[in-house]
Amino acid sequence: MSAGFEELLEGLTHMRGVKGALLVSAEDGIPVSGALVEEEQAPALAALAATLLARVRDLTTQTGHEAPRFLHLQAADGLLLLAPASNELIVVGVAGREALIGPLRLEMLRIAERLH
Amino acid sequence: MAEEIRALSAQYAADPSSLVFLRLGEVLRAHGQTDSALKVVLQGLSRYPHLPEAHDLHARILVDQRDFAGAFDEWDMVLRLVPHHVGAHKGIGFLYYRAGEMDRALYHLRAAAELDPEDAGLHAAVERVAGGEEIWETPMPEAPTDQAPHRPAADRRVDNPFADLPGGSDGLLLADQNGLPLGGGSRTLEGEDVSEQAAAALASIAREAARAARLLAMGEWSHLSVECADVSACILNPTADSTLLAVIDAGTPGGQLAFVADRAAKSARAWLERQR
Repeated sequence: MSAGFEELLEGLTHMRGVKGALLVSAEDGIPVSGALVEEEQAPALAALAATLLARVRDLTTQTGHEAPRFLHLQAADGLLLLAPASNELIVVGVAGREALIGPLRLEMLRIAERLH
Repeated sequence: MAEEIRALSAQYAADPSSLVFLRLGEVLRAHGQTDSALKVVLQGLSRYPHLPEAHDLHARILVDQRDFAGAFDEWDMVLRLVPHHVGAHKGIGFLYYRAGEMDRALYHLRAAAELDPEDAGLHAAVERVAGGEEIWETPMPEAPTDQAPHRPAADRRVDNPFADLPGGSDGLLLADQNGLPLGGGSRTLEGEDVSEQAAAALASIAREAARAARLLAMGEWSHLSVECADVSACILNPTADSTLLAVIDAGTPGGQLAFVADRAAKSARAWLERQR
């Protein structure tokens, strides 16, 4: 995994409730960098994140809207956040219920902007 | 009920060529075990391909599974075998009614009612579809040429679950788990109806969201918020077998999107309940 990318994600991984962060190749769903509490999940999560984003892009394309810039999947015991960067990388965050979505969203959009 | 299923299953296993499969299929269906009921009736039909009651049961199971086109074909087969089959006329009438084809619905429901004059509920349904009791005074029209009810999505949505909500025809869309539009609609800025495409995408999104939540052991997912430069959207499952898309302008506060989506989900649940 790339050290430069890991530095970029470091702030995110220390935020409240965050269990892990990944940079994922949007095209092939492969993890490029990052750290998850359960690291063996990274390849599967990367693939799922890329597929989920691709499906949402299909929807926005078909309905004539602009591409998604932030996704927030809320579940009973946690949340999954995706911030696509324009160079075909996706910033992925996994957090528990205690996470604060506002600061997380801003940080992920900031990382995506830097990858732009 | 479980006892009866066991007994009928044993009888059927002892003599697979008997007609007990009809009773077993009925009981399984009544018990909500539609997959098992389907298996049983298909086995029966492989032995008795021209048995009208087996096709009728098959059609009713397919309706339970929301395969309306398949159900139409089965009831159509029944009417070819037995032109005066009450159940098939009722079933086809229901399918036409559901598709908004009232003339055809009325013909088949009235045919069923005349074959079964004791069925008060059926008589009331005929009068409701006809818009009044005077229907019984008019002569029965000629049989229409039946075609499976298939109409463009916008026309098929006879009853819009979001009719009373802002954006009910272009900002709120309800889809089933197979990616077919059920209500509401989705339009591009140019006004093109893209409900069918959007519904298909929604079903895929719901599947991927569920997979992600499962992988991360996060429990059931409740909603997916999507932020674009021009719009914000919220995707959620009002029921286990449907998905809702709510879209509002990007400038609108996020809290309002959640409010709109929750309200639409409530309307969708009530509407789906009425359809069942």
